[in-house]
Amino acid sequence: MPKVTYLHADGTEDVVDAQDGVSVMRTAVTKGVKGIVGECGGELMCATCHVYVLKPVNLASERSEDEDEMLEFAASPRRDNSRLSCQIIMDEPLDGLVVETPEAQN
Amino acid sequence: MARVKFDVVIIGAGKAGSQCAVSLRDEGFAGTIAVFGDEPSIPYDRPPLSKAFLTGVEATEDLVLRAQSVYADQKIDLILDTRVIALDRLNHTLELEGGDEVEFDELVIATGARVRPLPFDGVDLDGVTGLRTIDDAVQLRARLQEADRVVVIGGGFIGLEVAAVAASVFGCTVTLVEALPQLMSRTGLPESAAYVAAHQRALGIDVLLNTPVKGLRGEGGRVAVVVLGDGRELATDVVVYGIGVIPGTDLAESAGLEVANGILVDRTLATSDPHIWAIGDCASYPSVFTAGVVRLESVQNATDQARHVARAIATGKREPYVSVPWFWSDQAEMRIQTAGLTTGFDETVVVGNREDGAFTVLAFLDGRLLGGDSVNASRDHLALRKILGTEPSLWSALLTPLAARAKEFSLREFARNVDSLKASETVL
Repeated sequence: MPKVTYLHADGTEDVVDAQDGVSVMRTAVTKGVKGIVGECGGELMCATCHVYVLKPVNLASERSEDEDEMLEFAASPRRDNSRLSCQIIMDEPLDGLVVETPEAQN
Repeated sequence: MARVKFDVVIIGAGKAGSQCAVSLRDEGFAGTIAVFGDEPSIPYDRPPLSKAFLTGVEATEDLVLRAQSVYADQKIDLILDTRVIALDRLNHTLELEGGDEVEFDELVIATGARVRPLPFDGVDLDGVTGLRTIDDAVQLRARLQEADRVVVIGGGFIGLEVAAVAASVFGCTVTLVEALPQLMSRTGLPESAAYVAAHQRALGIDVLLNTPVKGLRGEGGRVAVVVLGDGRELATDVVVYGIGVIPGTDLAESAGLEVANGILVDRTLATSDPHIWAIGDCASYPSVFTAGVVRLESVQNATDQARHVARAIATGKREPYVSVPWFWSDQAEMRIQTAGLTTGFDETVVVGNREDGAFTVLAFLDGRLLGGDSVNASRDHLALRKILGTEPSLWSALLTPLAARAKEFSLREFARNVDSLKASETVL
């Protein structure tokens, strides 16, 4: 199973086994990883699953136009490596993904 | 008869109750927490029940909000399939079905709501159903797979979503019956409601407005006919009704807490008893976004109120709850999203292009922006939420008069301007 690492602002981290085909948001929420809310359930609507992607670096460029626009309205500052984690679907090639959770989601 | 004690007891294991428990831990609360739910399933997400779960795209495990292990890891006692039958405010105890007693320091009531039953005979006929729980959705899906004809009673979000699924996914012949002259009369504005009616009709759904239902008739125990107010009869295989809900106020009411449509809470979401809180579908609260008290049924309301009360309990600081209300509905390929509370408006302005099927309707009262509906315009919706979340005195004057420049007006640009206004305000 592909692994995701979530780094938190307080210096702690969670390393989680993700299921193939399940989003980084849903993986976090179902495993109780803090810092990701996913209020709308992955509908690309609430911007409460904002993450900064640290690895791989090219993942940030795969934002859709809607996602891009919506990140502007996230609670924490949008950076070049910002993504909505409901839009990142885990698979084997993404094994070793590292994301940082922002200070605030709402 | 056993007796246990928890520092915080949450009644209700839906979105609000489960979120409140988890948020207490997020806020650093170290005491004991118990969540009581009357359904057997671990807390799950309800919106997909009338959308992706009903179509069959999502399975039961996709609905689960958090894995069972999360509650154990966070030392949250999740007690399911258990009904709380009495609240003793004087002694801070609850009585469970079966006689056990539970003591608490702080109580959060998140009892949600149940489907409002049809007010006439025939509800018990086979093939007649409301929609609230996983079980309801599983049964309804099986019905829709078999049915040729479906009548949906009620033109709110649930009815419209079920009608869209029945017509576009299961290929049923669908009639949607609404007693009032407008769809979504509680949350929707006239322009978006008219668009939604046209969209439903384009899906092949027969939308009947101004059409009350008189009753149902069965054959051999199965529903067969819906009798309309004017005497017309609709032959059908399945009847789905979504005519609102009844908030879970029984426990609070019998304990002498004040109830006004929902359990009445103050601006901090505390009931008339300062150690008893109410959140989500069951709570009526004074909102800064409208006059009087409101009771809202939405994911946003459940989660934001849950976090708010968790923070108040964990930190001991009682702050007013001020989150911007928002709602959404998916019907086939169309999405409608509402921000703010628009009831009581005296003017509406459509921004964007209705012909493209993407627009936002803004609602005003005395020139003050109340909120609006975005149809197929998610980015507008988010911009509107952002605007409504800031101090109106910052931007109110800049918005009026809007009607003359509605076509060129960009909500997103306006939101960005508000953002920079806010930044300069902070500097000053």
